[in-house]
Amino acid sequence: MAVESTGRERSGAGVWQRKSRAREWRERIVKGVFGACAYLSVLTTIGIVLVLIFETIGFFREVSIVEFFTDTRWSPAFEPPRYGITVLASATLMATLIALLVAVPIGILAAIFLSEYASRRLRGWLKPALEILAGVPTVVYGYFALTFLTPFLKSTLFPSIEVFNLLAAGLIMGIMILPTIASISEDAIYAVPRSLREGAYALGATKRETATKVVVPAALSGIVASVVLGLSRAVGETMILVIVSGSLAQYADNPLKSAQAMTAFIVSVASGETERGSPVYLTIFAIGMTLFLMTLVLNLVSYWFVRRFRETY
Amino acid sequence: MTQQDARTKQRGTPGGESDFQASTSFRHALDRAFSVLVFVATMVGLVVLGVLMVDVLRDGLPALSLEFIRDYPSSDAADSGVWPALLGSLWLLGITALVSVPLGIGAAIYLEEYATDNWLTRIVEINISNLAGVPSIIYGLLGLGLFVEIMRPLTGGSSIISGALTLSLLILPVIIIASREALRAIPKAVREGGYALGATRWEIIRSHLLPMAIPGAVTGTILALSRAIGEAAPLIVVGASLYITFTPMGPRDQFGALPIQIYDWINRPQEEFQVLAAAGIIVLMAVLLATNAFAIWLRNSQQRAS
Repeated sequence: MAVESTGRERSGAGVWQRKSRAREWRERIVKGVFGACAYLSVLTTIGIVLVLIFETIGFFREVSIVEFFTDTRWSPAFEPPRYGITVLASATLMATLIALLVAVPIGILAAIFLSEYASRRLRGWLKPALEILAGVPTVVYGYFALTFLTPFLKSTLFPSIEVFNLLAAGLIMGIMILPTIASISEDAIYAVPRSLREGAYALGATKRETATKVVVPAALSGIVASVVLGLSRAVGETMILVIVSGSLAQYADNPLKSAQAMTAFIVSVASGETERGSPVYLTIFAIGMTLFLMTLVLNLVSYWFVRRFRETY
Repeated sequence: MTQQDARTKQRGTPGGESDFQASTSFRHALDRAFSVLVFVATMVGLVVLGVLMVDVLRDGLPALSLEFIRDYPSSDAADSGVWPALLGSLWLLGITALVSVPLGIGAAIYLEEYATDNWLTRIVEINISNLAGVPSIIYGLLGLGLFVEIMRPLTGGSSIISGALTLSLLILPVIIIASREALRAIPKAVREGGYALGATRWEIIRSHLLPMAIPGAVTGTILALSRAIGEAAPLIVVGASLYITFTPMGPRDQFGALPIQIYDWINRPQEEFQVLAAAGIIVLMAVLLATNAFAIWLRNSQQRAS
């Protein structure tokens, strides 16, 4: 429909032009400009890596790398300063784990409902509604978890829960990554060809059996990719952890207690009065480097998984 | 969890006994239970969203007023408002859109229309999907190192322009991906028709592909921009002010932003400031809603026009 109308209205494309050399030059310039836009993304990555490497080297000139990974305390502001990244990493890990426990089962079940059970119309409403959750700013989630979820947990299931805790942070992070997992899994499940379902029905399988034993396994690569993507989003989540799980750097051995995550430490340094170039200032780049490598590995795993295990029909 | 179950079930139980269950009534009961289960799972997210909205509205509505929007933040909760933060967010939104939209669409056009399928293109593609997964706080560190430190003479340090450039890089991958999908959806025949008439590539792009791709690209772009409005972490790292008492007038000014103002209020122990945080959240959500409604309106009007 759009083809004819726009073609006639805009005369440029149809009119014969004689100056072909001018056109050739214009083409080359245009291509160059667009190409530059595309390669800017590569420059962004190089920029990230260079900034992180440069400042991280500065950090490791002050602090030994062995100590960074093996020390069991994190107290850069005290004398003598201690830099044990595993302390902060444990909080990140615990919150991420809780988030996945929430988001993976619920997300996959929701994906099955949207693709296999919901009518076209219902799906057309529910999917965008669910995706609103992905657009909610994380400070809003933080506020909600701090002022509603934690008091709620305290008055119902966990009377001993602290004001700042990892459980509420993890739970709300699970809700945050839920649409990522549900939406991408749903795309993968929806893309499974009809013939596979019909084959299962022909063999006497019920709808549930078809969904869980035929359709979901066929869409597994997409589902795993969605989980890995949700995982990497949880690892890098910042404001929820800053607001909900507090700024006490201690090993996360109990989800009801407060523990500072890696990203939360970066924010606490950045929003404080830290001298540029001081070891504490440099730590945020070392942590950033650690985070960047973690998410890079996760993203590459997801990418590889999709390519390696994609079912071709 | 579930896919694990599905896989073991599919391959049969380890004992080698058959998966086949003769009792159809039992299987059908399981089916009914399962259909309830998947429905409940879908509703979990929506229920939380509903509770969240109600909670924020209940907390924040009493504090919301015209003065709240027009006032400057203050140590006295009753006199506090979001005006400088709101303006800061609008400045950021405007500059981020001006920078990221042309760059994103340009990159998408190159990758869809010009690039040949070679290793270099594949690196660019992997790189873009990878950048989309990099945590926003890492972009904050990039902005701190690059725009605030290295480019200080140009950007003026922790300024609006530094924040906006950081946000632009953050949402660029999302815009590229959305625009590429919109371009890919255009049938090949459009391009071939253009070539057959003697048009060059750029002429086809300008006259046909761009107008046809815009409705699709706009939706993804606005979603990306609304993500940028809600971001706090990278801006804090770039050095946005938690407490700002003047109106930002130009791109080189110091700045605050709505999510950061909200974070600052959440951080204060007094109850009155929590209420302000909730009221600030309502303002932020209203801005998000307005941009999204604008996107939907723009898309619909574009679709009607073509």
